[in-house]
Parts: sequence; C-alpha cells; structure tokens
Amino acid sequence: MRLSFIFLLTGFIAFSQNCEENVTGQVIDFHDGKPLAGATIVVAGPEKYALTDLDGNFSLEGLCEGNYNLQLSHPECETRVVNITIPYQGTLTVRMEHHLEELDQVTVKGSAGIDYVSTQLENRIEKEEIENLSYGSLGDALKTLSGVSSLNTGSSVVKPVIQGLHSSRILIMNNGVRMQDQEWGVEHAPNVDLNTAGSISVIKGASALQYGGDAVAGIVMVEPARIIRKDSLFGNTVITGSTNGRGGTVTSSLTKTKESGWYGTAQGTFKRFGDFETPDYVLNNTGMSEKAGSFRVGLNKFTHGFEAYYSYFNSETGILQASHLGNAEDQFLAINRPRPLVIDDFSYAIENPKQDVSHHLAKAKVFKRISNFGKLEAQYDFQFNNRLEFDVRRGGRGDRPSVDLELTTHTLSADLSYDANINFKANGGLMFRYQNNFANPETGVRRLIPDYDKYDVGVYALGKYFLNDSWIVEGGLRYDYNHLDADKFYRKSLWESRGYDVDFSDIVVEEFGTQLLTNPVFNYHNVSGTLGFSYSFSQDYELMANYSLATRGPNPSELFSEGLHHSAARIEIGDLRFTQEVAHKVSLALSKTSEKFQFTVNPFLNSIDDFILIEPSGVEQTIRGSFQVWDFKQTDALLLGFDLDAKVKLTDQFDYITKFSFVKGYERENENPLILMPPANLSSILQYKNQSLNNLKLGLESNYVFRQNEFPDTNTEIFLPISETTEVIDLSTPPDAYHLMHFNADADFNVFSKSVLSVGLTVTNLFNTSYRDYLNRLRYYADDLGRNIVLRLKINY
Amino acid sequence: MKTLKILSFLFISTLILSSCSSDDDNSEPILEEEVITTLNVTLTGGSTPVTLNYRDLDPDGSTAPTITVSGALEANTLYTGSITLLNELENPVDNITEEIMEEDDEHQFFYQVGTGLNISNLTYLDFDGNANPLGLNFSFETGDASEGNFTIILRHEPNKEAAGVSDGNIANAGGETDISTTFELEIQ
Repeated sequence: MRLSFIFLLTGFIAFSQNCEENVTGQVIDFHDGKPLAGATIVVAGPEKYALTDLDGNFSLEGLCEGNYNLQLSHPECETRVVNITIPYQGTLTVRMEHHLEELDQVTVKGSAGIDYVSTQLENRIEKEEIENLSYGSLGDALKTLSGVSSLNTGSSVVKPVIQGLHSSRILIMNNGVRMQDQEWGVEHAPNVDLNTAGSISVIKGASALQYGGDAVAGIVMVEPARIIRKDSLFGNTVITGSTNGRGGTVTSSLTKTKESGWYGTAQGTFKRFGDFETPDYVLNNTGMSEKAGSFRVGLNKFTHGFEAYYSYFNSETGILQASHLGNAEDQFLAINRPRPLVIDDFSYAIENPKQDVSHHLAKAKVFKRISNFGKLEAQYDFQFNNRLEFDVRRGGRGDRPSVDLELTTHTLSADLSYDANINFKANGGLMFRYQNNFANPETGVRRLIPDYDKYDVGVYALGKYFLNDSWIVEGGLRYDYNHLDADKFYRKSLWESRGYDVDFSDIVVEEFGTQLLTNPVFNYHNVSGTLGFSYSFSQDYELMANYSLATRGPNPSELFSEGLHHSAARIEIGDLRFTQEVAHKVSLALSKTSEKFQFTVNPFLNSIDDFILIEPSGVEQTIRGSFQVWDFKQTDALLLGFDLDAKVKLTDQFDYITKFSFVKGYERENENPLILMPPANLSSILQYKNQSLNNLKLGLESNYVFRQNEFPDTNTEIFLPISETTEVIDLSTPPDAYHLMHFNADADFNVFSKSVLSVGLTVTNLFNTSYRDYLNRLRYYADDLGRNIVLRLKINY
Repeated sequence: MKTLKILSFLFISTLILSSCSSDDDNSEPILEEEVITTLNVTLTGGSTPVTLNYRDLDPDGSTAPTITVSGALEANTLYTGSITLLNELENPVDNITEEIMEEDDEHQFFYQVGTGLNISNLTYLDFDGNANPLGLNFSFETGDASEGNFTIILRHEPNKEAAGVSDGNIANAGGETDISTTFELEIQ
C-alpha cells in the first residue's frame, strides 16, 4: 500500500515545474564511517549522475521537486537504492556496505545484519599495535584500552578486567567461537595467541547478545585479519627479543587468496622467556614457553561460502618461587619480607609450581546469502582445554600434576539475518552447547572442579533501526537455558557445617568414608536484553546511550569449591545455594571526531544483583598450621565509573593522547568497597610521526596508577608459633601509587623489493622503577618487573 | 543445507557418545595422597616414655584435630625423641616417615620451645647425605618443673645452608611448611 502511494506521489510531483534544486551529500563506509571515493550516484528518472570525490562528497544539480530513487554503486560495495524527496534539507549521508570483497562477512562478525553494537562504545586495537605487542599476551594488549585493566599472577598470567569485572563475566570470542577455557579461575589467563588476531575489540557491556547473555562486564572480540578476494600470496614475520626475561617471540603467517574466493592461512607463534627481573632481583621460576598455531581455509563467494578453522595453543608458565607457601604462617612471613628470602641466579628452567595449559579449537562454518532478504549462517565448533597445574610435591610426585582438568565443548549455532531494508536490520538465531568436564583422578589430589555435564540452549533476536542520518535505535533479547549435572564429592564435615545435609540430602548418591558422592543438578533460566540509541549531531559529535541486562548462572568454581587451593595457599569454599547474577548496566558515550581534537567520555553504572565474589572469612587449623579460609559470597553490588580518551593533534607531526579510567565498586547493602577494584589509571602519550623519514614514529608514554584507597578490610589474625605472637596477615592493604615511563620507536626500511622491514624499539619501565600493583596476585611476595628493552623486526612479504 | 544437516548429525552423535561415556565411569573419590593426618612423637629417657599425638582425619575440613600428650616429662632428664608420620586416610595406612627419610635433603624439622618451658640443648640426631640435619630423631634436656608450648615444624625445601638453619634456627630457613603443630608440655 505504502509503496504504491509513494509511486503515485512520485508521478504526481514529477510534473511540478521547479527544477533548480540541488542536493549535496557524502558517501561513507557503512562499517567505519570513512568516506568512499569513486562511488557513482545515478538519479533514476532524469538520469542525472554524479561521482564522489576523494572525501566522498558529491553534488547533484538541477533536480525538479519530487521523489526520486538514487542508485549508488561502488566497485567494492553492494549497489544501493536510496529514496529522497526534493527539496532535500541538509546534507545527504549514505552509508555503503564496503568490504563486500573481504572476508569479514564469513569469518568475523557472524552476521551481516547486526555487525557491531552501534549504541555502545567499541574500543579497538589494530594489527600494527598487536604486532608491536607480539611478545606479550592478550591481556597485555587489552590493557592498552581505556577501561581495561588486568588481574595478574606474575607477569605471564594476565586476565583482562573490564570496568572492574573479570573471569566468567567477560566473554572472549576467538574468530567467532566463544572461548571455553576454564576462564572462571583468577589465575587462568585466556588461551588465545595474540598473534592470531587481525584486530581486537572490546565492547564494554552485554549488548552483543548474539554471542551470549552473560557478559556482565563485556565482550572481547579477537578477529582474524581480513582477506581480500583477489589472487595473492602474502605473509609476515615478527621477531622480538627482550632483555627482561632474556627471551623472545617469533611469529609468522602466510595467506593465499584467490579471486574465485578461495583462501587459506597458516600461522604459528613461538615464545620463550626465562626468569623475569625486578629492578633489584631475579624473580625465580617465572620463565614461560608458548607454542601456538592455526590454519584456516575457506571459500568466500558473495552468495555462499564456508570456512574451516583449527587452532592450537599451549603455554607453560612458571609461578614465582617465592609465592609457593605451605600455610598462613609462611604467608605472613613472606608478606613481611621486603624481598624474597631466597634469590637464585637467572634461569630458563620452568620448575614446579607451574601451569601447563593446552587448548584446541576447531570450527566449521557455512553461509548462504538469500537475495532480497539477508543471510543464513551455521557453525559448529569444538574446543578441548586441558589444564595441568604442578605443585612442589613430596615423595617424587612432582611429575604428576595436582590439577588435571579436561574441558570439552561442542557448540552448534545458526543465525539468520535480514538486511534487505536499508533502514532496518535484524537477526536472530539459536545456539546449542554441550560441555563436559573431567577431573583426572590420577592427580592424587581432591578435585578442585568436579566432573560435570552441561547443556546450554540459547535463542536471540536483535534489531537495529536507522531512523535517519543522525539517529540509530537498536534492541535485542536473548534467553538462555543452562542445565548442569555434576558428580561432586564433599567431605562430610563441610557437608554438615554448611547445612547441606538438611537442604540437599536428596542429592547424596553414596558414602565413602569421610567423603560423600553427591549429584547436584541445576537448571538456570537466563534472560538478557539490550536497548540503546546513537545520535550524531553537529557533524562530528556522537552520543550513545545503552541499557543492557545480563544474567549469569554461577560457574562451577563458585558452586563447588571446597578445599585447599594449593597455588593460593588458601581454603576456598563455594556455595550450592547460589543463584544467578543479574546485571543492569547503563552506559553513555559522548565522542567528538574532528581532525584536530578527538575525545570520548564514557560514564557507566552497573548495578549487579547477587554479585558473586570471594573474600577471606577466617582461619582454619590443620596439621600444616593455620590456613586462611576464603568464602564465595553473594551480595548486591554497584559499580560506577567513567573512561576518558582524548587525542589532540598538536602539529602535523606531534600528537598528544591521554586516557583515564576510573571505577568504584560497592556492596549496595552496607556500602563496603568491593575487593580487587582497579585503581584509577592515567596514561598520556606524546607521539611524533614523520612519514618522509622512513615513516619514523616516536612515542613517550607516562603511566600513573593511583593507589586504591577504597578496599574491604579482610585481614585475619593468626598465631605465629615461631615468635609466640598473634599477627595480622595483611592481605587487604593496597600498595602505593606508581608512575612508569615507556618509550617506543618505529621505522620502516625498503630493504627488499616488494617487502618492507620495520624495525622497532620499545623500552618499558624506562627508569627501572620498583613498584607493586594492586591487581597482581603475587604483589605480596615480590616487586613487579623492572626495565625491559624489546627489539622488534617485522617483515611483510 | 546439506552441510547443515551433516553438522547437526555430527553434533547430535557427539552428544550421545559423550553422555554415554560419562555415565559409564562412575567417579571414584580421591584420597589425598600427600596429606599427613597423624604425627606421633615418642620421648624416651624418663622412667616412662611420653608420647605426643596429633591426629586429624579431616585434614582441611572443619572437624578439629585431636591433640594428646600422654603425661608429664621428668625434670633434669635427657630425652630422645623420634617422630613418625602417617596418612591414615589411605588403606593400608601410608607411612609418610619413609617418604621424608627418602627425601631427607629436602626436609628439616624445627622445634620451638615456648616461654616458660625449661627445655634446652635441642640436638639433631639424624642427618642427610650432605651432613645437614633432618630431625626425625632428636634429643633435649629438661630443666626444673615448668609448663609451656612445644611446637614441631616440618619444612619442605628449606635452605639448609642458610645461616643458623643447621643449628635448628628457623628464621632463615624459608621453604614450605608441611607441619606446624603445638603441644602443651609439662615438666614435673
């Protein structure tokens, strides 16, 4: 009806006589908003046409009043038709679907409908920066973004923290696959090789509902490099050498692409470091070794395609010798020493305690484009994660791991997207997942995480409406069902002291002396959603507002922990009675993008009902002396803060960039501060660029980390038999603020035909400052890293 | 669509296979192998031997251990002590003393005499291959009648070469505590 009405109207108005109207406009890339040059605009009817200039601008003159269809075409874009009414007020901005020739449609974004959440700020790390950090970890790279900090165990185990939250609250998408790598543990770093990434982006909220509804903190998207549909063979190799750790990294990739759409990529990384060093001493047993490789083959036609992907990741990481403790008495003594008691010479050996983690990931994906509708995609992925933790053990058991967990995950997902209407995009889909955890009994240590089977089903629908050139509205809903069926052994004493014998007597399967075999089964129904808008105004301003609801079922560690966690020298106790965590997050972002000055300010408020955290609760006596007991507990929490990014172009060659992150977290009931909230962090970079001088780039960075002044006092007292005194174990008090300076230099040399050699030098902690970081779990025992000089050679061929 | 069918078939078959396999092997409880549940010290030299016993069959659980001392020590007497360690959770009971003796270079006992208790001349009676003390066997002399704490500490991987450690001074020993238990002794 409406269509025919418009035709009638068009026909009618076309006869009117005013034919001196002009339309000016701009054609920009749908994805990144960059201007598109060389796009053709044809006005259907009068057959007038225009071509966009280098800035994407065009103008059409001498048009009569009326309603017209403009046909826009561009060599790299899907042809679009836009309907306008003349006279047209203002500038017409048309977004075109660029990169159609590239692979992102198949591999990266999962959907042509909702590629990215456009009402929530997305921070991104591009390939060049990833290559500069190739010697580090995913967590190290993410830390360069405002609002992202890290929870470390030493310098090699780095977990991202987004706006104060970590572990199960962060969803990591690795090439379209949701990582299932036992992310619940605070000393479990993501099993992702940074060097597989073409770009890494962070969405600080739960809005990317396509991937899961439980991302209370946010989503990390690790995406492979885009592949262009043309006959080509290319690759690159990055070699780094570091003074601190006396090791380095080699990473290499080779890609073959065909115009027909076929492509293949192979990539591999090897990292090896010995003991790292503080300004004053060696951190014994902190060496690490990492091996990773990936293969990807696929076909990317416009109408259909597929991809097969496999990646392997293995890392072996030594845990600081000085952090190896027997009991709370050892811990007290270690905390109160200014430096570790024993400091040996530098070594490459990785001894116990250590972690040895392997992750296999395989996926197969197919897609088919449906003309005048959108796209249908289906994906199956398989993951196998094996986590081994070795402790210092007695009786020659050191070769046997104390923790041996095998986590197997199968996921099948399908997504249908609608993109035939230029103003409205939508997609929806289904997800089925099966997961099995097997705790190998050969360890001779009681299982930290029980054997379990888990079934998940998810269904979602998302829509995005482009109201006009300045307003975008979007929303989405997701429902997830989790079914968890575990075989859990409890010690009778704990079973009774927790009152489980009253509330859960029906789940007892069998008695084994001091232990009980139980069969806890949990079903969780999780609803999540998002609603937001983005408003562009005054040419270069954009305001985004987003509300998201995330629901997360408790993870196995939060439910089932009960016993000594050797690597932390503490007894950890979970709770079977835990319910889901429900987060309501509101975030705003105001940004300005002009050539001279850019900024983004991103305040947020995250109110989380039944937030699960772990805190010290007391001391228990054992034959090994006293141990601290850490209890998981549920409390209503409120997190609020803001992130600030600004970039000023001082001259043609100098840029000044500054980032500031601030977050506070409280228990809503009593306003007690939450444990382990990242302190405020200010980072400023002065950059010099000179393209005519071998593309020289110099950067000087100042990073000031404030002291965390708001923390819960969870200190406990123990009796120290050595001195016959009662002492306070101060695990609460955060370390002092610190200031570090870093330096970076890069230059390109055309040493070979057709290939560029880039040479880079990075110096971190330039002044060799001694410091300790609140979010490093080993801060009690030793200083953080001293100066590190890294030399980088990068060759593209 | 065909591919989709194959994929879903694969998925479903793995579901069936894996759920079958997990049902087949019933989980067995793991008995902690390295746990020391029991510490026995026999002190001889007086008219009757005195035994100290620490027993905790719920090692990191909330059930309190039992700590007993069979009787008072006699004043002004030379006592020799010998320690045995057991893991009574295993069947048959595992004698941990043997493990300690096999790894004597990685272990050392320390004895802390609390204020008020008149015990002196604590001496190691057994040594590892490097002639550093182990301490499963030791001796001490009692003084006049008194009462106080006597703490036995076992360190794994101490630095036996550090100053004072071979004389029984724990301050520089480092390592990881495997045992730290306190007995209340009386000298009559």
